[in-house]
Order: sequence, then structure tokens, then C-alpha cells
Amino acid sequence: MSERSEQAGQLTAKAEPSPLWEVFVRARRGLSHTHVGSLHAPDAELALRNARDLYTRRQEGVSIWVVPASAITASSPDEKDAFFDPAADKVYRHPTFYEVPDGVAHL
Amino acid sequence: MYGNDFSPGDAPGGGLLGEVEAAEAALRDAAERGRRGGAPGADGDLAEYFAQVVDADQKIEPRDWMPEAYRKTLIRQIAQHAHSEIIGMQPEGNWISRAPSLKRKAILLAKVQDEAGHGLYLYAAAETLGVSRDELVDLLLAGRQKYSSIFNYPTLTWADVGAIGWLVDGAAIVNQVPLCRCSYGPYARAMIRICKEESFHQRQGYEILHTLAHGTPAQKAMAQDAVDRWWYPSLAMFGPPDTDSTHSAQSMAWKIKRFSNDELRQRFVDMCVQQADILGLTIPDPDLRWNDERQSYDFTQPDYDELMRVISGDGPCNRQRTAHRRRAHAEGAWVREAATAYAAKRAQQRKEKVAA
Repeated sequence: MSERSEQAGQLTAKAEPSPLWEVFVRARRGLSHTHVGSLHAPDAELALRNARDLYTRRQEGVSIWVVPASAITASSPDEKDAFFDPAADKVYRHPTFYEVPDGVAHL
Repeated sequence: MYGNDFSPGDAPGGGLLGEVEAAEAALRDAAERGRRGGAPGADGDLAEYFAQVVDADQKIEPRDWMPEAYRKTLIRQIAQHAHSEIIGMQPEGNWISRAPSLKRKAILLAKVQDEAGHGLYLYAAAETLGVSRDELVDLLLAGRQKYSSIFNYPTLTWADVGAIGWLVDGAAIVNQVPLCRCSYGPYARAMIRICKEESFHQRQGYEILHTLAHGTPAQKAMAQDAVDRWWYPSLAMFGPPDTDSTHSAQSMAWKIKRFSNDELRQRFVDMCVQQADILGLTIPDPDLRWNDERQSYDFTQPDYDELMRVISGDGPCNRQRTAHRRRAHAEGAWVREAATAYAAKRAQQRKEKVAA
């Protein structure tokens, strides 16, 4: 995601390569948009058209989002503990934490 | 059916497509399994962590630490793979305007469009490793990165389009299906997508040859001639024999590659014999024989000296293929500049609108 454009930027000496876009497709009504890949295009309209040709040639979706890769900030694997671990000591956030007395219905 | 790391029962659809599905399921399973030892701490041993992820058959992702040589070898392999898809549009594109029926023409157009898509998926996978696509395209145009040797052979008749589908795409699938289980996540996911589409290419090629082989004697002769010319170059696609393959051992240790060149070549031969039989065409190898002891076919190896000559630039169409790509790139420069200028103008207009 965003780390691509940063790294690519460092390594390319060429003038103005067309920017990278991340593509999200919603397969059917009711499902969520899923990241399917990325592509290069000079602007959002062309990114959308290219995404249509590239990622939905076989009825893969009904809706496409394109996002400039540079607009995405990703969490880093190094931060994994700090970011995601606190959930583990808050088991009371899950409904399964609570004991339900025998015989209670609709709870 | 092939593959010794899972049983036929694992492959729901059966055949090559079933194996792709099995690889996709394995990818999901691996994602759901917790990683052994969890994430490395601030002072954690990154190399040890990398080895653990690979050992546990889980995927290395773009932001994970990886050995520099792993990154380099993947860039080389994925870029070469992407270039092959792009150059591979030429031999078949050669027959688009001359396809014998509207149906065949529409199919061929769809297939060549797929190849372009495969190239783009693969360039995107390579870019996650920190190179840019423009940089890779420059390396291709400068002749500093290779593409598959097979696309340096000419398509002389319509039947060649069939032979490319059956043999060339067939060999590509045998090579690529194990890559669906490659240790690098973005490459494995691209290969799953590609293999599903590649299967259409192989079948359409087989159908072309089947139709020709059951047509007039002239059509059958044309089909046989195409198979005669494409058989050995297709066998050579698996690369040099194991004894001469420079990257194999390390790639296998890193689980980029799952099987050796010779193993994959053998599987391809074993598959093709039965398929050729149903086509009613002959594989041009007088020494092709079932070996009961090995439970495989003995066959004549392709000419590896020829393979080396073609790879180093001296095949029948090398110059033509690169000249064509260079010309398209150079003559398209003004169009790319126009698109960039237009995008900049539109962005400026939007900014002014917001300001107003």
C-alpha cells in the first residue's frame, strides 16, 4: 500500500511516473468492497476505467473504488503488539465473557 | 493430477484448476493460523522470525523484514514473469487480424487482453518489493532483464495459435500452479488469479487443435506441423536441467519454488502424452516411451544449447520482439505526456473551484 509509493519514489529517478492507485471491488450487493490489487494511471477517471478492464473482466464486481496509494497510511508489523494486543486483556468486550444462568431465554 | 505435497482429495475441482483452488484454501488457512512465536519484539531476531514464517508455510508480506537476496530474487523472477506476459502478446497478436472466424477472433482478443492484465498484476506484485514499474520496463527495453525464451519463436500459421494455447500456456500453468503456494504473499495471490484465467487459454488452444486435427487433411497437417515446431521450445520453458540451474536450491529453501525444473518438465510430458492422443496428433519425439519402473514417460530432452542461444538474444525473433516493444514505448511517449498534463490541468481546475 502506501509503503510502495514511498519506496518506489526513492528508487525512481525518472520524471513523473503516473501515480499508483489501490483498487477495491464490491462483488455483489450487500458485500463489502475488498482490495483486489493496484494499478498505475494518470488520474482517477482513467484509474477507474483501467480497474474496470483489469479487475472485472469476468463479472467480479458491481462497484469499484480507486484510491491513490499515497493517501493510504498502513500500520507497521513492528507496531503489531502495541496496536492490536490490548484487545486480549479486554475479554469482557465479547458477549461470550458473560455467564448466563440456566433457563434464561432470548438472551 | 500432480503435486506431492497434497493428495488428490485436497483438490475439489480436480486437475490443475482444483490445485489452484486448493492453494487458495491453503492461503486462507495459513492466514487464520497464528504465527509461531508471535511478532518479533523491538530487539527480536528478524532473520529468525522470517525463517519461522516461511517454515510455518505462512506468507511474507510487503512490510515484513526479508533477506535482501530474497527481495532481489523475487524482483528478478516476478519482473521476468511480467515481461513475458507483455512480450507474449506479440506472437498471438500477429494472428488477430487473420483469425479464421469471428468467434476465434473474439476469443483471441480476449486472451491477449488477459495477457496484458497478467502483466499488470505481476508488475503490481513486483512493486510491493520496492521497485517501480517504470524502472522494470526500462530494464526490459534495455535488454537487461529477460522474458521467457518461448516468445522468440515465430507464429507461422493459424495452428500455431492453437499450439501456443495447448503447449505454451500448458507449460506455463504447470510451472505456475506451484507458485500459487509461493512464500511471498502478493506473488502467490497474483498467481492464483492468473492460473484461473490461464486455464481458459490452455483449453481454447486445445480446442483449436482438436478442431483442426478433425478437419480436412490439410488442416490436420497444419496442426501437426505446429505441434512439431512448438514441442521442444515448450519443454525448454522449464529452464535448464537441475544440474545447471543456478537459482534453484536457494529458491526452494525459501519456498519461492516448490519443484525443480526437471520435475515440472516430467509432469508436463506425462500430461501431454494422453492429451495428444485424444487430439489424434503425434508428439515429435521418436524416443518417447512409457517407463514402467519410473511410472513416467522417458523423453528426449530439448536442445539446451539452443535455449541458451535464445535466452542470450540470438533466437529467431528476439530482435523483432524487443524492437516492437521499444517502438511502441517511444511512439507512445507523447500520449503518456498528454495524459499527465491533462490530469494536472484537471487537478488545478478542481483546486480553483474549491477555492472559489
